[in-house]
Amino acid sequence: MKTSNINRRNFLKTSGSAGALLALGFSIPAQSEDVVLHKIPQTTLGLEFSPYILIDDTGKITLLNPRPDMGQGTYQSLPALIAEELEVSLDQIHISQTNGQGKYGSQLSGGSSSVRTRWMPLRKAGAAVKEMLVQAAANKWQVPVSECYAQEAKVYHKPSGKSFTYAELVGDASQLPVPKDPKLKDPKDFKLLGKNIPKPDVPLKVTGQAQFGIDVEVPGMLYASIERCPAIHGKVASFDTTATMKVPGVKKVLKAERAMPHTTVETVAVLATNYWAAVQGRKKLKVKWAPVNEAALSTEKFSAQMHELAKKDGSDFAGNTGDFAKAYGEASKKVQATYETPFAAHAAMEPVNATAWFKGDSVEIWAPVQGPDGAIGEVAQYLGLKPEQVKVNVTFLGGAFGRKAYLDFVKEAVFLSKQVNAPVKLIWTREDDMSQGPYRPAMLSVLEGGIDEKGNVTAFHHKIISESIQKQVFKADLKGKADGWAEEGIGPKDSPLQIPNIRRSYHNASTDLPILWWRSVYASTNVFGHESFVDELAHAAGKDPLDLRLELLKDSPRFVKVLETAAEKSGYREKLPAGKARGIAIARSFSTICAHVFTVAKTTDGVKIEKVVSVIDCGMTVNPDNIKAQTESNIIYGLTAAIKSPITFANGAVEQTNFHNYPVLRINETPVMEVHIIDNQEAPGGVGEPGLPPIAPALANALFNLTGIRQRKYPLELV
Amino acid sequence: MAQTKLTVNGKAYTIDVDPEMPLLWAIRDVVGLKGTKFGCGMAQCGACTVHLNGSPIRSCSTPVSVVKGQKITTIEGIGTPDHLHVVQQAWIDEQVTQCGYCQSGQIMSAVALLKEKPKPTDEDIDLYMQGNICRCGTYQRVRKAIHRAADSIQEAKPAAAKKTASLDR
Repeated sequence: MKTSNINRRNFLKTSGSAGALLALGFSIPAQSEDVVLHKIPQTTLGLEFSPYILIDDTGKITLLNPRPDMGQGTYQSLPALIAEELEVSLDQIHISQTNGQGKYGSQLSGGSSSVRTRWMPLRKAGAAVKEMLVQAAANKWQVPVSECYAQEAKVYHKPSGKSFTYAELVGDASQLPVPKDPKLKDPKDFKLLGKNIPKPDVPLKVTGQAQFGIDVEVPGMLYASIERCPAIHGKVASFDTTATMKVPGVKKVLKAERAMPHTTVETVAVLATNYWAAVQGRKKLKVKWAPVNEAALSTEKFSAQMHELAKKDGSDFAGNTGDFAKAYGEASKKVQATYETPFAAHAAMEPVNATAWFKGDSVEIWAPVQGPDGAIGEVAQYLGLKPEQVKVNVTFLGGAFGRKAYLDFVKEAVFLSKQVNAPVKLIWTREDDMSQGPYRPAMLSVLEGGIDEKGNVTAFHHKIISESIQKQVFKADLKGKADGWAEEGIGPKDSPLQIPNIRRSYHNASTDLPILWWRSVYASTNVFGHESFVDELAHAAGKDPLDLRLELLKDSPRFVKVLETAAEKSGYREKLPAGKARGIAIARSFSTICAHVFTVAKTTDGVKIEKVVSVIDCGMTVNPDNIKAQTESNIIYGLTAAIKSPITFANGAVEQTNFHNYPVLRINETPVMEVHIIDNQEAPGGVGEPGLPPIAPALANALFNLTGIRQRKYPLELV
Repeated sequence: MAQTKLTVNGKAYTIDVDPEMPLLWAIRDVVGLKGTKFGCGMAQCGACTVHLNGSPIRSCSTPVSVVKGQKITTIEGIGTPDHLHVVQQAWIDEQVTQCGYCQSGQIMSAVALLKEKPKPTDEDIDLYMQGNICRCGTYQRVRKAIHRAADSIQEAKPAAAKKTASLDR
């Protein structure tokens, strides 16, 4: 993908100087973990490799943040990776968001991947530029490089105490070759990484000055609200605009479309001079929807479809060991259970919205998207434009949790702008956001376990039944095989249970209800059954659930450490008074291990969740306080899914519309949370999601210990 | 459409809108202050919280005709990055925000709470703040930040955020 001259001008403008400039970018060759660093000559700046680091001769240092911020802290974590090695402090830099163009590699915030995939490339980029600056200084002084060091955007000559600012060195440094393999700092010398550094976006967010997608203003824009068929896959039979057009401010009503990956549906859009007028006009529309095929679709029918599939033998995932059927047949004790998780909405606080301006041979977009590179690609394809004709401006994201990687709303805004030949800001109502999807797919887990006469678990089978995101959204042909993406959280790496005969299998349950990633995706559903069932096996074998886990995970020291730390910090081994109980669960997802211990108590108002103690091993840390914040966030988000309303549908339409009938956890329901981070030097794992999967099973296990009732279906009842 | 006089953050505005237009959209789309957020449109989430004569209201469900001529305060009227309110400072000190979208409303509620109860307990906070949803789940830090703000409220002098990296916006 080539970037345009507009981009180049922007970078030159960013640099604020027509003088010397040092710009460095990198690329990651396909099928490789290696990073290739590229110096960018001023003449081709922005034309080929886009810079991650830009230092001009006025001393301005600009670092690019390649991952949109949706609350996970990329404005702090990713620039810190560069700044640490570049030897600049965070108050010496300006941070810009990448815009999807250029060879930045993936710019999608998703899969808890920002730090774990950019840990080395960004550090190497910072280290390379620092080496070039130090070399330039050594050359000027005609002293050995070994006598020079960099600190706070200056290079010092140790023996003489002389120094140059980076600004003074930029001209010379930009003439030097880029070191191929710059030396990285020893972690013990880190000044930024592993420290609790305040996030630079917080002051903007506490003063109302951070610009979210919904805050974008483009001169002359119209506001849009779109009427949608309750059964989602709507076709417009007819519509009457008479009353709508009488609403002051309403300018236009037109038939529109919502392009989703698996289907395009018809809608009716109202455009007005302000958003309130568009919504009022929409309420006065009379739309007749043509009957749709899936009108008979209901939660019960989809559940029955999954249960019917559960009776059949599924397709195996890779990595099964032993002979489950034989071992299960021979087991002296057999345990079998079925777990069910419903569809779930993301319900980010900022309803999806986008502003688009179609200008004939190009289109400009301002939107809270998780991946601007994906937005460029999808919009270009949608409009039949070249990627360089699409410009995306990424705003702050008011929460996303996967939803804002689904670009239907961006294409809707683009469609409308093209139709009315003006900039259009589209805002979904909360009702649109909640009742139109996409959703986390519902899932059924069938678990079987065999225990021998000595109490050893000898056989374990987890069969999952779900719709495939890979199939519906990314058009993959599963060819009757197991969907490899769907094994998150329970595959051999994520759940290394030492059981001689383990089988993991899969059935695809087809639906047209739009689905997508939802915070921790399949791990959020798989782990509920998996980790609840480990408890069921422990009780059947007459063992403590923690002891059984320690036994089954004994060959995985990081899991053992997390479990032991969770036990110690929560006082797991200490007896609780009557009317209280604890429950534990552990899971690995996105290369990070997390365990939770819940303490629950009987009260006159039902069961109260008193405390959650969490232990997370995400390898080396960038910002421990943010790791704690993300884990707290996962606890609340996971609890909401586990104990609040599911998304249900009847006659093809989703029944939940707003926070009154899709309630989410509030402050008065928030337990005391305590997060502990395992200190180690392992490669960084993800942080934005791994705290979520073990939440529901840890709670379910605690509830069983308190009440003796095993709950195998959401919502878990606190009674 | 009708001429309506609004006083927002001490500044007088005359706007020509449908009297039924919720204050939220008048503040955002007509007055042009974007710090107050749209979350649900039915007073369920608190993202749109502003002060009317010092008391918190849900601006998404309050028609402009009801508040004309009265004193409205939004997040922009509470403090700026260079002159932070103690509550905003406490929010920074506790690193409360994640996505940040609900935080204008959280802070407006917290400021009002501290006016009513300068030394709130956890129970007071839970009771007062339960109308403000945060999907990032920052609630525990909201509690801590309110206690911190309460502790420092006597010396309520404006503070400026510590210097950090600058951003595009």
